[in-house]
Amino acid sequence: MADLRSDLAGIKSPNPFWLASAPPTNSGYQVLRAFEAGWGGVVWKTLGDPIVNVTARFAGLNWKQNRLIGLNNIELITDRPLDVNLKEIRECKARFPDRAIVGSLMEVPDRAKWRELVKAVQDAGVDGFELNFGCPHGMSERGMGSAVGQQPDLVERVTSYAVEASEIPVIVKLTPNITDVRHTARAARRGGAHAVSMINTINSLMGVDLETWNPIPHVDGMSSHGGYCGPAVKPIALNMVNDCARDPEVGIPISGIGGVSNWQDALEFLLLGATNVQVCTAVMHHGFAIVEDMIDGLSNYLDARGLASLNEVIGASQNKITTWENLNLNYAIVAEIDQETCIHCSKCYIACEDAAHQCIERAVVDGVAMLRVDQDHCVGCNLCMMVCPVEDCIDMVRVENNLPPESWKERSARAALVSP
Amino acid sequence: MQSYDSGAAPLGDSIQKTLTDLEVTIEANRCLNCYDAPCMRACPTHIDVASFIGKIATGNLKGSARVIMDANPMGASCARVCPTEELCEGACVYKKDDSPIRIGDLQRYSIDWLMRNDDVKLFEPGTSTGKRVAIVGGGPAGLSAARDLRRFGHAVTIFDARDELNGLNTFGIVPFRLSLDVARWEAREVLKLGVDVRAGVRVGVDVAMDALVAEFDAVVIACGMGGVPKLGIPGEDLPGVWDALDFIERAKLGREVGDLGDRVVVIGAGNTAVDALTCAKRLGAERVTMFYRRGEEQMTAYEFEYEFAKQEGIEFRFYCAPLRVLGSTHVTGVEFVRTTIPPDSIKPAPVHVPGSEFLEPATAVISAIGQSRLTQTFDALGIAMDDGVVRVNDELQTSRPGVFAAGDCIFEKGMREAMVVEAAEQGKTAASSVDAYLRSGAHV
Repeated sequence: MADLRSDLAGIKSPNPFWLASAPPTNSGYQVLRAFEAGWGGVVWKTLGDPIVNVTARFAGLNWKQNRLIGLNNIELITDRPLDVNLKEIRECKARFPDRAIVGSLMEVPDRAKWRELVKAVQDAGVDGFELNFGCPHGMSERGMGSAVGQQPDLVERVTSYAVEASEIPVIVKLTPNITDVRHTARAARRGGAHAVSMINTINSLMGVDLETWNPIPHVDGMSSHGGYCGPAVKPIALNMVNDCARDPEVGIPISGIGGVSNWQDALEFLLLGATNVQVCTAVMHHGFAIVEDMIDGLSNYLDARGLASLNEVIGASQNKITTWENLNLNYAIVAEIDQETCIHCSKCYIACEDAAHQCIERAVVDGVAMLRVDQDHCVGCNLCMMVCPVEDCIDMVRVENNLPPESWKERSARAALVSP
Repeated sequence: MQSYDSGAAPLGDSIQKTLTDLEVTIEANRCLNCYDAPCMRACPTHIDVASFIGKIATGNLKGSARVIMDANPMGASCARVCPTEELCEGACVYKKDDSPIRIGDLQRYSIDWLMRNDDVKLFEPGTSTGKRVAIVGGGPAGLSAARDLRRFGHAVTIFDARDELNGLNTFGIVPFRLSLDVARWEAREVLKLGVDVRAGVRVGVDVAMDALVAEFDAVVIACGMGGVPKLGIPGEDLPGVWDALDFIERAKLGREVGDLGDRVVVIGAGNTAVDALTCAKRLGAERVTMFYRRGEEQMTAYEFEYEFAKQEGIEFRFYCAPLRVLGSTHVTGVEFVRTTIPPDSIKPAPVHVPGSEFLEPATAVISAIGQSRLTQTFDALGIAMDDGVVRVNDELQTSRPGVFAAGDCIFEKGMREAMVVEAAEQGKTAASSVDAYLRSGAHV
């Protein structure tokens, strides 16, 4: 059986599945239940000056019958006194010494206050810190969370406050509400961070109730922007994780966060350069038990491929991402429809007809209706395959054109050579 | 309504399951919204199924109901009696995996919403053309024609021999399949557009067909068919022998059907036979048996009707032909003879097996061997018929200009189906043809 043990900048856990700092890690009771279910680590609900929350706090984005493909929240950090949280952290650590407990911290950019908070939490026996420079709502209005994470100089300075007071690894959690996350990731490294985690939630406004015209969620008829997460944000998170993984100036391990709901999602984060993953929305939707299949599925996958440990997948696809100008212009694929499994819904037809390149024909051959691809004109865009409801019915097949690989960069360089 | 303690379901208990809101959400969202959807093509009235289901999914129930009713004025009864397995659901792309979308159930959900919201107005009569159209027969075909003719702006008068409209929907379909309330609501929806109704007027008796043709600019004949024909065997006039349609009608309207006794024999194997069988069972008859002179494979009842009858506890006897009804003052039994179908025959006609006669005790006998043709109406006008079936062209015009026909009176085996949905489509077609005829000036 593959070795699922994980090590993020020295923070060790029996598997790479951590709970993100969020409602599921609000209390010792929950964290114990999570550890019993098998979670490898938890990032405790952010510690700091206890706040007062509002109701309601969450809203879900549903798509057709699928609920919570996105989740928006305006809940703040812990609303419980620090000493209560620290007491519970000690108890959890004592009960589950093999699991990682990371203390998430939030504080105003004041060196003394950071030192005080770091020392207090460190004494409780946490394995590392995660600095919350990410929460985009509420706390940012008080100069914390993403208010720090959106300014590289503040990220560097506040990171250094925590690092200089800490004897254990420090992770900096980054906000995606920024033009290029690499700048704040580099700043975290300059400040001495041992790892970064991303993404925190995205600025969002979930919607409007069409009966009352109130925003969703609303607090006595009013709302403010919240933080967006869940399956729908995964592609955004993957891109940011990979941007940082490929950036030599970042150069520190990454904990991947954003829409991880199962072992497959987790593997994608690992392949693109994350060392472990953190999960929240999927647990808010289904409870702690989902970790069982995350572990089981990942383990079976690695075994089936003869891979001994996570190190063999971490970053394995990382450098398959490049800039557009380096992509091979001579690579050609076209759609092919399997007539055996086709159910004749014609969704590929109308998608290609109205939104792509008019390359699918509704033909009747020997009295049998069929959908056929005009492969001479198909541009290989994938759209038909994407809308087809039958798995593997539409395949994108390689067209051998005997042309050597050539990127736009190469082609334009060649054109510059031949032009006078 | 009579009630018996037989353990059978009450006559008024619908066999259709009302979907919960959760089921509706799941089912409506499961629809793929196919392009040029096969379900739409399979529907005789071409309801844009993907559109009405999509509108359910977005909570636009008014729009959903309008899509259905626009294509099919009989959308409420069709959501209950359509053989969806043979039509829309049979064509669904998910049928391949045996999980077609429950189109009929969703249509019923949408129309049930419409029935609960009486203030919702879906259609308006068209601008008056000053033309007057007579419709003979206010069943599904006649009502559909009336609805569309009103939308085209023509004045419509429906003549119906009965005291209530909607024909077999009102009188001939068992209440657990289609309730009186739904049949009445459906007729009222058409009448909302402003239709002159002459109920209880028998065309050909109370008013001459010629007079209608002279008085109106066009005539649509949608008179359906007559009662069950005679069995042509001794004893069939004995008390206790029923015409299936008469039997169902009395039961549905809550009129006395008397004591059926404990052994009911139904002769015939079509959908009306199944209705009579299950109706008798639900009225409390202990043992209800179908007798058919051909085999199971030749049954004309839909597969799902047959299955339903089995679930209701009906017994089936195949290859049995009735010879005579027994009894002196009331039916006491039926003498049957076993039949066989010669294997090499081109048109398999059953032949009696000599010496195989047997007596079947019966307390009631219900004949459901089809419906007779109403030919006098057409004879009176000199309209051409083939074997009692009115001859029409693709526009449903009869041999007489200005006279159109729709519904069961043009039903022909192997050519057209005697389904409500087919009658609705023919009513629409007749209305369009009448409209084209009237606008062309050909009638002047």
